[in-house]
Amino acid sequence: MRNFFDTLVSRQDMIQDAFLEHIYLSFVAVAIGIAIALPTGIIIARYRRYAEPVIGVTAIFQTIPSLALFGFLVPILGIGSPTALIALIIYALLPILRNTYTGITGVDGSTIEAGRGMGMTRTQILRQIELPLALPFIMAGIRTATVLTVGIATLATFVGAGGLGDIIYRGLQSYNNALVLAGALPVALLAIGFDLILKWIEKRATPKGLKN
Amino acid sequence: MIRFERVTKRFPDGTEALKDVSVVFPTHKLTVVIGPSGCGKTTLMRMVNKLETPTEGDISIDEESITGLEEVKLRRSIGYVIQRIGLFPHMTIEDNVSLVPRLLEWDKEKTAARVEELLKLVGLEPEVYKKRYPLELSGGQQQRVGVVRALAGDPNIILMDEPFSALDPISREQLQDDLRTLQQEIQKTIVFVTHDMDEALKIADMVVVMRDGKIEQAGSPQELINEPANDFVRSFIGLDRINRQRTFGERKLEEFLSVFGMEPAGEALRISGGTTIDEAFSKLESSGYSNLEIVDDGRVLAYASDRDLVKAALRKEEVEKV
Repeated sequence: MRNFFDTLVSRQDMIQDAFLEHIYLSFVAVAIGIAIALPTGIIIARYRRYAEPVIGVTAIFQTIPSLALFGFLVPILGIGSPTALIALIIYALLPILRNTYTGITGVDGSTIEAGRGMGMTRTQILRQIELPLALPFIMAGIRTATVLTVGIATLATFVGAGGLGDIIYRGLQSYNNALVLAGALPVALLAIGFDLILKWIEKRATPKGLKN
Repeated sequence: MIRFERVTKRFPDGTEALKDVSVVFPTHKLTVVIGPSGCGKTTLMRMVNKLETPTEGDISIDEESITGLEEVKLRRSIGYVIQRIGLFPHMTIEDNVSLVPRLLEWDKEKTAARVEELLKLVGLEPEVYKKRYPLELSGGQQQRVGVVRALAGDPNIILMDEPFSALDPISREQLQDDLRTLQQEIQKTIVFVTHDMDEALKIADMVVVMRDGKIEQAGSPQELINEPANDFVRSFIGLDRINRQRTFGERKLEEFLSVFGMEPAGEALRISGGTTIDEAFSKLESSGYSNLEIVDDGRVLAYASDRDLVKAALRKEEVEKV
């Protein structure tokens, strides 16, 4: 235990850098993941016959073991953060896409029918009815994607993208358990922290009238 | 006035929901469209605000065909009340009611005043209910909000699709009464779809009875009860209801043949079996006879003395044949 605290103090700078790198990687990956998956989810909810194939493709990506995916990408894209980011984005897509789709298609048909009958345009129905009612689902998807990404980002070290994986890897190579722990613990804390924050946002995002 | 002119609706799978239907919904009247499920009544109503478009034929509002009108604009000018959960659960009562005014871009004060006015109209205190959410209200209160939401944009026409069918019997009756009172005040052209005959007879100015995409009869509730156009209409209205709605005097002599005898009890007044009891009595009185010879096409059906008529009055509940 003392060994662990000593390591924390002596490697403070390195851990701090890796920690920030890790946040950067996860955050950017999830942000881009949202930017891609959210509109795609909205589109496939409207044109439902494309839903199966699109979700299917992202599901296949999801089944590739993460280490293998990093391995595939290196020969194509070389090493460095872009490679790591692309892999992480691919993993973030499925939960967000699927939850967006499920959330929107799950909105009660009679609610939409009422909006249509009162003269709302498709865009108005999407923005004022479908998205607010699907928001809790969408947020849950983003939460899953974030926790997933924080975990997988430890593997970014193998493509030279840094992050807390660096610390863990270094610890493993030098049989330094304290160092492994100094890398793993922040990852866990980061995942839990993100999860709590997003849980809070998810709660806030639930439309007031639906809370009971 | 909404006019359907030889309207046919064929769905892509080939089923015909409406077959060559022509009907007029009069202005400022509450017209109920009724029929068994699958008869096309909802399709008929949904055509008025272009939620469905006719395959053949034309629909016009105040003599202007709606074919060329822009859907969204047309719908904003027509109130729409939907069965069950038409309210948006994530919006407050105020936001729900003010939806159409906001779509029409009314200014804020006008919209707010309209919401207050409408909530008061159906007995919901604005200060109490405005900021609440639909799920915090009872079913009856929710549907009241549903009704006034349809009135918000001050439309001339209101479409109501089985609006009270999901409510418990007490709230339903209450809302039917309220709708009648409300209609006297607001005088809108209302198209009301239901499958509940009691509801139809209670609230309608005019009833349109449908079956298999066709109109079987259109007329006032009284006309339907007194002169059902055919067996289907008669059985759809139901014998009980017909009898309940008519007094003894409004029924016809031929309904009571089983009470009357075939033996003449003296000199008799010749009268048609289709004559009502009331008419028969007044004819007896003015003629001075005390017996009736009931005929149909010259054939004697029965003889009835005034005593037989009293018997008929006493047994009227038992007499089944109409």
